[in-house]
Amino acid sequence: MAIVNLQNVTYKYPLTSSPALRDVNLQISEGEFVAVVGPNEAGKSTLCYTLAGFVPHFFKGELTGTVEVAGIESHTSTLNEWVMNVGLAFQNPFNQISGAKYTVFEEIAFGLENIGVPRDEMIGRVEAAMKLTDISDLADRSPYSLSGGQQQRVALTSILVMQPKILVLDEPTSQMDPIGTREVFGVIRKMAEQGMTVVLVEHKVEWIAQFADRVIALKDGQVLLEGTPGEVFTSPILEESGFGISRYTSVARKAQQIGLWKKEGLPVTLDEAADGFGSSLPKGERSGISAK
Amino acid sequence: MKIEISNLHFTYPTGVEALRGISLAIESGEQVAIVGQNGSGKTTLVKHLNGLLRPTSGEVRIGGWDTKSHSVAKLARRVGYVFQNPDEQLFSKNVGMEVAFGPRNMGLNGDQIQSLVQDALLMTELSDKTETNPYDLSATWRKMVALASVISMDTDIVIFDEPTTGQDAMNIARIANVIKTLRTRGKTVITITHDIDFCAENFTRVIALSQGKVLLDGKANEVLGQEEILAITYVEPPQLTRLGKRLGFTNTVRTQDEFLTELKRGKSEART
Repeated sequence: MAIVNLQNVTYKYPLTSSPALRDVNLQISEGEFVAVVGPNEAGKSTLCYTLAGFVPHFFKGELTGTVEVAGIESHTSTLNEWVMNVGLAFQNPFNQISGAKYTVFEEIAFGLENIGVPRDEMIGRVEAAMKLTDISDLADRSPYSLSGGQQQRVALTSILVMQPKILVLDEPTSQMDPIGTREVFGVIRKMAEQGMTVVLVEHKVEWIAQFADRVIALKDGQVLLEGTPGEVFTSPILEESGFGISRYTSVARKAQQIGLWKKEGLPVTLDEAADGFGSSLPKGERSGISAK
Repeated sequence: MKIEISNLHFTYPTGVEALRGISLAIESGEQVAIVGQNGSGKTTLVKHLNGLLRPTSGEVRIGGWDTKSHSVAKLARRVGYVFQNPDEQLFSKNVGMEVAFGPRNMGLNGDQIQSLVQDALLMTELSDKTETNPYDLSATWRKMVALASVISMDTDIVIFDEPTTGQDAMNIARIANVIKTLRTRGKTVITITHDIDFCAENFTRVIALSQGKVLLDGKANEVLGQEEILAITYVEPPQLTRLGKRLGFTNTVRTQDEFLTELKRGKSEART
């Protein structure tokens, strides 16, 4: 059963002449972890806003086609109905933080307060969510005193605590340190395994390849490619169209041209690359390469 | 223009001790990347280089000037600083005026301003956007405007705070080009980055900070190969460095060329 169903969706922001999304068709199943990639201005954020109901309810503009998310249809609903189903983390965490709360703990409780969750339950849920994203030690800090990466963790936690059916994340790790990024990908993966549907906009190919089920490549508001991370990220179309690819793929492509990559298909992850290059290297003791 | 930092400590008014005894020297024309965990003090450190922050104790000298006794306006002639978020530094009506603002404030004449602006716009590929309001541009191009508005000041030292955040592959390549051009002109470039592959491909020296202290400082290959120590500050070696290690290469590799060289060497030596 598709929990997200977009059919022939075209959308134009007010006062603009060309559409930000063009004839997009997209089905996402419950519990699926879908990554959206593409160059800047491909329509990635607009797609996030559409899934979260901000398009058209907040941004207005001109939407045609069908947008159905968790059983609610865009044209016949209000934004209030959407927020209970879909959680959106903005690209810039600064835009997300309410400005009405003095501590991180209160900030994360903000959404729950607004929907009238009882105090005891609220405290428990906030504590659990903070533990999940490993920010318990920030509880008493002001959200504005945090570094960019810490703010992003707070923004993500304030969405997770709402336990939405669908989690829409617009570059949630852009300001995070490398291992922190991997950890957050792990948390998102766990959410998906627990049945949450995840749509993630990201540039970090290595982690998408390792954690996501499916990749959608957008360009100029259209779906250019769709498939497993392995299928999409090794497609030659992608590099030509200005998409980022992993260093494993690009170095293997070069090695292939000089006969040093013999496997069929190109690697996307470290494991695949190590496997492919390792098997083309002769076994045994050798100088230049130390024996394991 | 040499940067000398000695025993620098900084505590924010909130009581957060962000820098805890940093000493380092950066020579003229060096290309330095600063990496490290969120909250490790990277931004706090670079804000000391143009006087936005002053040491709680210790000393920062820029070409001999003690930042404690020179104004930010004065230091701005020596150190350019591109903020992490371009929206924090853009305010002019159009791109041309934005990029001219810095040199104009330095009291240069019209011709000099004009030539610096043209040069900065060319380097950042913005020449066709001079009349556009920065806020009518996409985030990608606003980033380039922020870069241009600092490059036009022609300072000896240029600092970029996370220049690749949220940028696509094409714009990251553009930014790498800007850094390359500055390098050929002998500028000192200091860049904070979490993009460790970008760091590997564009910088020769890497400083890793952890909890307000220098954890590692050295040649890029030496620092980026130290997987266990980097993990303390939540940094992982670049993709190709990790792959090289997995394949048992004796030398640490950073770039595609280095990787392929080691790969060929391993094969040919094994064959003989």
